[in-house]
Amino acid sequence: MSVEISPQLLRRNKTSLWWEFWDDFKRNRIALLGLIILGLLLIVAIAAPWLTPYDYQASNMPQSLKPPSAEHWLGTDELGRDILSRIIYGTRISLRVGLEAVALSLLLGILLGACAGYYGGITDSLIMRLMDMMLAFPPLLLAIAFMAALGRGIENAIIAIGIVAIPEYARIVRGSVLSVKENDYIQAARAVGNHDFQVIWYHVLPNVMAPLIVRATLGISAAILEAAALGFLGLGVQPPEAEWGAMLGSGRAAIFSAPHIITFPGIAITITVLAFNLLGDGLRDALDPRMKQ
Amino acid sequence: MLKYIIKRLLMLIPVLLGVSLIVFLIMHLFTGDPAALMLGQHATEAQVTALRESLGLNEPLYLQFGKFLWQLLHGDLGRSLMSRRPVLDDLLACFPATIELAFFSLLIATVLGVTVGVIAAVKRYSFFDYLSMIGALLGVSMPIFWLGLILIIVFAVNLQWLPVAGRIEIGLEPARITGLYLMDSLLTGNWEAFFSAVRHLILPGTALAAYSMAIIARMTRSTVLEVLKEDYIRTAHAKGLAKLRVIYHHALKNALIPVVTVIGLQLGFLLGGAVLTETVFSWPGLGSLTVNAILASDYPVVQGSVLLVAVVFVVVNLLVDLLYAYLDPRIHYQ
Repeated sequence: MSVEISPQLLRRNKTSLWWEFWDDFKRNRIALLGLIILGLLLIVAIAAPWLTPYDYQASNMPQSLKPPSAEHWLGTDELGRDILSRIIYGTRISLRVGLEAVALSLLLGILLGACAGYYGGITDSLIMRLMDMMLAFPPLLLAIAFMAALGRGIENAIIAIGIVAIPEYARIVRGSVLSVKENDYIQAARAVGNHDFQVIWYHVLPNVMAPLIVRATLGISAAILEAAALGFLGLGVQPPEAEWGAMLGSGRAAIFSAPHIITFPGIAITITVLAFNLLGDGLRDALDPRMKQ
Repeated sequence: MLKYIIKRLLMLIPVLLGVSLIVFLIMHLFTGDPAALMLGQHATEAQVTALRESLGLNEPLYLQFGKFLWQLLHGDLGRSLMSRRPVLDDLLACFPATIELAFFSLLIATVLGVTVGVIAAVKRYSFFDYLSMIGALLGVSMPIFWLGLILIIVFAVNLQWLPVAGRIEIGLEPARITGLYLMDSLLTGNWEAFFSAVRHLILPGTALAAYSMAIIARMTRSTVLEVLKEDYIRTAHAKGLAKLRVIYHHALKNALIPVVTVIGLQLGFLLGGAVLTETVFSWPGLGSLTVNAILASDYPVVQGSVLLVAVVFVVVNLLVDLLYAYLDPRIHYQ
């Protein structure tokens, strides 16, 4: 006898799960605030060319280090560039670094964690010992070491920050794979002739998505902070690109005469990181069954 | 307990080997030709080839790693390309400054973080609770180097209460015993140097402590809240014990066990974060040395400093594990 589940029933079930999550999530006003801030930041990043009052790269030395005024709302930097325009363009870079770095660590973390958990034995030992060794370094220091080796620039910053975070995702995925791989439905999926990749992709990974989404959201905020730190040290995004950390680094020499030069980029970083942290906390509360109790 | 300690110490060997391997691979696989870097842009091909030969860079990678380990075991980390001094000497000269800053920050973060966390838990949903948790949220979201710059503007430039940069006023350096100015000035009874060192530590220490303080406060709050729900706390209240006594003797001792782990792990963050704080405050420590070495492509120094911090991080983690096992009687030493 076979049991057939209609596609409509499956769709309704999936939809109700989504609504259940959304119900839990939207009750958390602070998390909702994080989501709204991120939505606004995304709009700012996309609409940057239309929102900026000045060319963000154009120097204007006679206008250098001007305090906030009606002409330049957030003042000008040491080369006379409009700080507001640079902060608006900086949104693009920070969001890009955060999202791409986390995408890289997610991709490699899922691959390594799934292989370690699914195949076990020597594969598991080799991968997880390597992950343990990477966790033996303070993350920022390891990112700095990678930057020293790879060279400066935004792409290398994304690679360095992405590699450093791989162990966190690999551990989450491995743990979840270990806990589900002996379940009957996994054995059944294998028995009907699915390849290992199909089993992992369609049957194992959906069970790991909740903790991964939460970790990735919080990981974006960590990645943005690390990118800003690398930019501040002169190792990340290079001038004349408008990266918030690099703006703080280049403006540092002028803080005694023009403190506004470092105030606003710092506020921009804090708001963005705060928004991702609020969203991450909210997602954790909504997705973790223990938090609902 | 002794068996457990020996076992954990033995487990340290493969981790340290792995850490050395990662640092070696990063520096050897990605940095290009160290011989060309050492000789600079104007070197001829023949000079580079000769140096590659003499440094053993043409040998297979595993042999090079073996040599690297052998030199490491003999305390030889190579020579700095900038100062031409042994890397170990440069590291040891800067290390006390970083350790002093990291431990001072840990002290600030622990004292303030635990105090705020406990008060927030005991006075749950009060104004103080909300205020401290908003502060904690900002603490984990704020870049520490930005906070450092803001502290300089407010307390050093505008209010002129504290110095902008450096470890101590010029000319007040105490006689070197440990390299830690606070300890050296205490050991030599030099109070002027001691207070100058403390004044110089406050701003960088606070900037570096902010993130850890926020983490410790959040962790303390949640563990104290958990413990306050336990039956034995209700029993203690029912016996008529004073509220403070219940909190201190019954709740805090149990709640702080997991907090100890978090505090220990923060030292690793503080060592990493010191790179940023030292750059902001011109603090002559390992962080400043590393950043300058990267900017000057002085790879032996970068390799040595990353290795040193990682080893300290691993050893601190081990000590935290041992302390945790000692504090929590439920953990068996197996």
